[in-house]
Amino acid sequence: MEKQPSGMENVTSYAQEKDKKEPLFRLIKRDVLPKRKIVLIYAIAIVASLLLSSVICSLFSSKNPVAFFVALFDGALGSSRRIWLLLQDTALLLGVAVALVPAFKMKFWNLGGNGQILVGALAAISCMFYLGGKMPDALLIPLMVVASILAGAVWGVLPAIFKALFGTNESLFTLMLNYIAAGLVSMFITIWVKSGSGVLVPIEHGNFPELFGSKYLLTVLVFFALAALMYVYLKYTKHGYEIAVVGDSPNTAKYIGIDVKRVIIRTMIISGALAGVVGLFLAGNIHHTVSTATANNMGFTAIMATWLAAFNPLVMMGTCFFIIFISRGMVEVRGSFNFTNDSIANIVIGLVYFCVIACSFFITYKVVFRKSGARVAKRNRTKGEER
Amino acid sequence: MSVFLISAISIATVLLFGCVGEIITEKAGHLNLGIPGIMCMGTAGGCLGVSLYMGALSSPENASWILLVLISILFSVVFAAALGAVYALLTVTLRCNQNITGLAITIFGGGATNFIMSFVDRTHFDPAGKLISTPLPFADSLGVFGQVVLGHGVFVYLAIAIAIACAIVLNKTRVGLHLRAVGESPATADAAGINVTAYKYVAILSGSAIAGLGGFYYIMDYIKGSWENASTIEGFGWLAIALVIFVLWKPNFGILGAFLFGACYIVAFVISGITSTQKEIIKMLPYVITIVVLVITSARKNRENQPPASLGLPYFREDR
Repeated sequence: MEKQPSGMENVTSYAQEKDKKEPLFRLIKRDVLPKRKIVLIYAIAIVASLLLSSVICSLFSSKNPVAFFVALFDGALGSSRRIWLLLQDTALLLGVAVALVPAFKMKFWNLGGNGQILVGALAAISCMFYLGGKMPDALLIPLMVVASILAGAVWGVLPAIFKALFGTNESLFTLMLNYIAAGLVSMFITIWVKSGSGVLVPIEHGNFPELFGSKYLLTVLVFFALAALMYVYLKYTKHGYEIAVVGDSPNTAKYIGIDVKRVIIRTMIISGALAGVVGLFLAGNIHHTVSTATANNMGFTAIMATWLAAFNPLVMMGTCFFIIFISRGMVEVRGSFNFTNDSIANIVIGLVYFCVIACSFFITYKVVFRKSGARVAKRNRTKGEER
Repeated sequence: MSVFLISAISIATVLLFGCVGEIITEKAGHLNLGIPGIMCMGTAGGCLGVSLYMGALSSPENASWILLVLISILFSVVFAAALGAVYALLTVTLRCNQNITGLAITIFGGGATNFIMSFVDRTHFDPAGKLISTPLPFADSLGVFGQVVLGHGVFVYLAIAIAIACAIVLNKTRVGLHLRAVGESPATADAAGINVTAYKYVAILSGSAIAGLGGFYYIMDYIKGSWENASTIEGFGWLAIALVIFVLWKPNFGILGAFLFGACYIVAFVISGITSTQKEIIKMLPYVITIVVLVITSARKNRENQPPASLGLPYFREDR
């Protein structure tokens, strides 16, 4: 720095420096990849992660990796009951994903899915506990629907109001609300269960009717229909357009006259309310009771599903199915591989997530390796001959 | 009263490790929601170290305090940092979404910990736990003060020392200044010649290592080596993330904040004569307080008390 070299020296030293300092590889941001390639990259990541999981599972047991895949498919699709459970769980997760997707599209990090589901379930159970038997189910069930939707909406709109007013960090706010919701559930259980066992026995009143003799069908139909509606809402309505603009650039939204605060609050009411509906189904149609584990961490799992689907509700049907397929299949793997606890399922799911998350890098960026001097020279020569 | 204070300090230590680890990570601009999983991993590593060391001895009475502590710290730090390295690889080098990656880390960490712990030989955990929680030598002779302040295992003082050291490094040294610059505006830091990637990696790895000790302390020292599953530690992890906001990203405030959270957490178990409903309400307090603090700090817009400006955003040099 101190020494000022003459012009000629400067050029040579720059050339040397460039030659020496050019890194082995560098990154370039890609334009949009064709859909086929994106699907291919994801497929490779998923297959790779499952192969890795099968090897890990067989390392810790006497079975071979092929048995892993057999058990995985058997656990997910082995009997008609398993297929129905697979569909029901997919529908529930899809419901949560549908609830979260407008918020995420708006870049509002709603990590509070668990809490919103829980308050929805809690509201429905409160109706069942206090009013069950005192009025016909035909009246009770609509009341439960309203209560759950309201409770979920309140839980969703609280962080939205503060985000709109003060720019309060929503991911941390919603995260805290999960624990407060769980606390509320524990609190109400201590009030309801006098024995102190902490377990609320299933309530007989206000259970949803079976549809065509199947207790699973209603859940499946409702949430797949909601997913389709959400697709239309986000893609073809003015609201959906506003959400997309606020998500991409709040300043642009302000400039073209969108009331950003209103959009944030309105979208989170919808988001929370839909998560409340999932809670409603968990309470009224599936468990008929509530505990702090009712949400089954779906609020977090659904974040993966929405993100993997690039916030497209139709694609989410596939991603939710995939995630549930793995986790239901792992129940059977765990049994047939003689693992003592269910932790292996979380390890496999974690590995799948890692691989899928990592492969998003290859969709956004392109790795360009340094060309070696000889290769560049050769290419220049052939080019010259062509001319 | 002294039982209450001792328990509160113990819970505070768990939270303080997690909180300081997360502060360092967040100061580098990375919101690591994987901290609960990483704390679990630190637990698994530390416990594995303890079981290997105790298993290698001819009899558990021969265990040396200093070796046990050093080996368990080493294992805990390595395991936690390994999972932190996965997070760093995904979010720093591959520039993946931090929230998504963090959640995946937590799912994986909890599962892996349960899995590892089902293989770990826990026969000598009871004597090892007693040895690790050996109080300072002259604690008993000083009455209640000695019991409350000096009656803890070495990890409590380690946590406080780390918190103070981090506060000094962050605010008084060039390294700390650079780290904060990376978290506030990586592009500016890069232009000033700071190696952004290196700072992020070191911050995430050391933050994870520190957080991992929290989980290990809880299992080995506070509940003396008994083990059920990882979900309790995950709960502490989320609480530690809440604590980071509560103490406004300041490790030295963290000591006081952790004690307050620890007291809130433990008071429900210690107070007698209240109903279980009231206990549940008290247990919700730390989260309510955190939300209130979050709202107040965001409403006041005091520049000193804001989260790092580029928290959660990936940095790509060509992206300006």
